[in-house]
Amino acid sequence: METDRPDGRTPNQLRPLACSCSILHRAHGSASWAQGETKVLAAVYGPKAGTKKNENPEKASIEVIWKPKTGQIGKLEKEYEMILKRTLESICIRTIYPNTTTSVIVQVVHDDGALLPCAINAACTALVDAGIPLKHLAVAICCSVTDSGCIILDPTKEEEEKMKAYINLVFPNTIVSVLPERSSQVGSEPMAHGIMTSVTQGAMSVDDYLHCLDRGRAASARLSEFVRKNIGPKSTWLGRMGFLCR
Amino acid sequence: MGLSNASEDLSSEMEVDAFRRLFPLRYFERHLAESIRPDGRPLGKARETSIFLGAVASANGSALVKIGSTTMLTAIKMEVMTPSLESPDEGCLAIDFHMPPICSPIVRPGRPAEASPVVSKQLSDTISSSRMIDLKELSLVGGKAAWMAYLNAAFSIMQDIYCLDADGALFDAALISAVAALSHLQIPAVAMNDDGKIVLVSGEDGQKPVNKEKRKLTLRSIPFSLTCILHKNYILADPTAEEESIMETHVTIVLDTSGQLISLYKPGGPALAYTSAIQDCVGLTGQRVKELKSYLDKENSAMEVVV
Repeated sequence: METDRPDGRTPNQLRPLACSCSILHRAHGSASWAQGETKVLAAVYGPKAGTKKNENPEKASIEVIWKPKTGQIGKLEKEYEMILKRTLESICIRTIYPNTTTSVIVQVVHDDGALLPCAINAACTALVDAGIPLKHLAVAICCSVTDSGCIILDPTKEEEEKMKAYINLVFPNTIVSVLPERSSQVGSEPMAHGIMTSVTQGAMSVDDYLHCLDRGRAASARLSEFVRKNIGPKSTWLGRMGFLCR
Repeated sequence: MGLSNASEDLSSEMEVDAFRRLFPLRYFERHLAESIRPDGRPLGKARETSIFLGAVASANGSALVKIGSTTMLTAIKMEVMTPSLESPDEGCLAIDFHMPPICSPIVRPGRPAEASPVVSKQLSDTISSSRMIDLKELSLVGGKAAWMAYLNAAFSIMQDIYCLDADGALFDAALISAVAALSHLQIPAVAMNDDGKIVLVSGEDGQKPVNKEKRKLTLRSIPFSLTCILHKNYILADPTAEEESIMETHVTIVLDTSGQLISLYKPGGPALAYTSAIQDCVGLTGQRVKELKSYLDKENSAMEVVV
């Protein structure tokens, strides 16, 4: 028997997604990403000259600043900053601009559950808007496990508090290519099935984790389609048309 | 002849050191191709682990843990506090992780190291997720005597973990240290004095006991962790600090003694983790959990024999 969700969604259904780019003028790249009521604003500055202490000057370094909606930065925000920094470092091509620093500022506008995946999606979109060279995009999704073992995607804050466990997963964007199918495979699995980031909360069995992986991969394919539709030449073309009309 | 051999040996040794400094990644990959590491370990083996309970006599519970060179010292202090309104029948557990400048060349005095709050948060999440401790056991409500009807107090566990030597796999050593200290913890006897306050029993007159005697904390399933490095097709268990800085994809898996997955933590990194790699890491962690459980049981048995 399927679980009824308070907002009427099926277990595999994501909340409505909204994404807009170039919303801040001073930032080199900016993006707003909303999943339901959860909303995050990301801004990218850089590459700026110079490297911080303890960083490698032979590569471009990334600095992440996480701003919560209210209050001061605590341990939770420090952990989110570290996870975001490592995730963004793994998708950027860091050898192109050595001895530079790119700052990514993440501002939480509202938190209604699945906050970290929303922030990762916003930061990746902002990096694209800033023209930072990337290997591929990353799509982030949150899966949760109920006490009865049912798996639910994209939980709200209310659902998160009732769940036994939940997992934040980040996968590479699916590849659309004119090359043969085998070129985007890694071993026997497509590249989009590899896990870039995994952060869990709560206890679960290993089988539940593997089930969440399967559900997360299916959902990340849908997210990849959404991102591809929203960050494409169409936006640039519409932007130029708007500019001409002014 | 002897002199010539000595100079040749010295020059070849210098060449190896220079190769290691100038091309560290290739140096490690040369070892990985032969399924060995520069310190002689096979790829899936953790470093030697030792646990010492009762290192701090003034603390209610303490443990010193070494994994290879990584050293963690944990001390636990218990106090009586008023529980919060949301959970009036539960105590609380607070964990703090400290990296003093003595532990690593990259830690400076003053501002805390950037890894410190991250490990602290991970430890708190892991121990609360595993439900190792029943917080209701820390409550002092519900005494049998009638005069305790209005008593509203509970124990608070404050755990401080100090990293004395940071040579990789900090979270693994910190978690074993925290768990060992909690298994060594003795809940002290407390009493109500004439002013109506709860104090530790010190043998003075006029104190009415609230709980009878010192006792051990009941631990349910105990979490243990193993950190692995994913590099191309290799999986390296329990990395050192040098290996961690050269190969950048780390996966930390926490399982408890009943086989539940408490945490699977992979914060980015250039290598992608596929299902087969995840399953291999879970297998390695399962072996490590059995190993660490036997170490901890042996150490606790030794403590009981001494007492």
